[in-house]
Amino acid sequence: MALDKPYKDMPGTTIFDAEQARVGYHLNQFCMSLMKPDNRTRFRADERKYLDEWPMSEEQKQAVLARDMNRCIELGGNIYFLSKLGATDGHSFQYLAGSMTGMTEQEYRDMMIKGGRSPEGNRYLGEDGDAQPQHQPQGRAGKRGSA
Amino acid sequence: MARITSSVYTSHVPAIGAALDHGRTQEPYWQKVFAGYEPSKRWIKEHPPDVVFLVYNDHATAFSLDLIPTFAIGTGELFMPADEGWGSRPVPQVLGHPQLAAHIAQSVIQDDFDLTIVNRMDVDHGLTVPLSLMFGQPAAWPCRVIPLAVNVLLYPAPSGRRCWNLGRAIRKAIALYDEPLNVQVWGTGGMSHQLQGPRAGLINRAFDQEFLDRLIDDPEALARMPHMDYLREAGSEGVELVMWLIARGAMSDRPPTVVHRFYHVPASNTAVGHLILENNE
Repeated sequence: MALDKPYKDMPGTTIFDAEQARVGYHLNQFCMSLMKPDNRTRFRADERKYLDEWPMSEEQKQAVLARDMNRCIELGGNIYFLSKLGATDGHSFQYLAGSMTGMTEQEYRDMMIKGGRSPEGNRYLGEDGDAQPQHQPQGRAGKRGSA
Repeated sequence: MARITSSVYTSHVPAIGAALDHGRTQEPYWQKVFAGYEPSKRWIKEHPPDVVFLVYNDHATAFSLDLIPTFAIGTGELFMPADEGWGSRPVPQVLGHPQLAAHIAQSVIQDDFDLTIVNRMDVDHGLTVPLSLMFGQPAAWPCRVIPLAVNVLLYPAPSGRRCWNLGRAIRKAIALYDEPLNVQVWGTGGMSHQLQGPRAGLINRAFDQEFLDRLIDDPEALARMPHMDYLREAGSEGVELVMWLIARGAMSDRPPTVVHRFYHVPASNTAVGHLILENNE
């Protein structure tokens, strides 16, 4: 009998469970290492070399190099660990969260000031809210590259 | 005998700490947040605790994926504000209360709550932002603090019911402590927010307001709410709200007096909720 994982049917959301934590262990520990100033300096000097010191998958390394936060999370990353990578780049939680929506920083900030994202249509996969897969990316930042 | 006189509930958004530390509290964006805590700062001056039992979560700061305790109580003398990647917050060091903390640990473990005992850990924004919101920017915190770190990072967090019952066990433990201390129990985190994925930025005012109502009037039933309701309705990080149930569970069975209630959207990615409840013995 498999464990019940009812959170698999939520749009635009990855729950960091034991399986994700297993897959992302080294990715997250790499992020954790960036809490030390010396490590931040070494990482900045040669990102690829620093990443190669960690037993991460090539996909995880590419996701970090590209700063693709959605991909990092898909590959087992957790936002509280990834925030150390964000801090190394000088980015806030709001920047990181916004970057995962395809919105520009300003678009995301404006959405929050207007009261945030509505849960309507965003509770279950198959509904029609703005976080659903069929409505990605949501903003101008995500559309820039695909033109 | 030690007494729990009141409980305080608040979000612990890191950007609030940054706004304080960088002198941006008068900006219109932040003024709307800090205005909600002005009555709280006056209240706590009139009702100073000896000890705050502070329930929060560590955000991959003291605990990495190497070690993930569900409930960890700080029994040390001293806890230093952590460097979370931006440098440590310029806030005072946090003095513990090792005697009371050890007493609580022993009592609640005998009540079947297997706490992890921590004598050395740095404390992150989850613990220091609530202190800043309530006490402002003093040279030293005006009370002792016992940290209780709860895992809400790795799914599953403890259930609401387990948190409520732990609060009950903490209440019993504090009542058995001989020294006449004025203890406040604080529950922090929440309210609705999601920091990841295309659904980032989720806010659910209706859920948050109902949570506040039920926390005041019907907390034991609220404690039965399943994790999925938090995740789906309040966002993947909204599950932090289970920690408020520990503080509420530590209160007396009699209805509390609502001293202050505040709600505001947004602070960064998050809905800010805040309550002060006084105990009626």
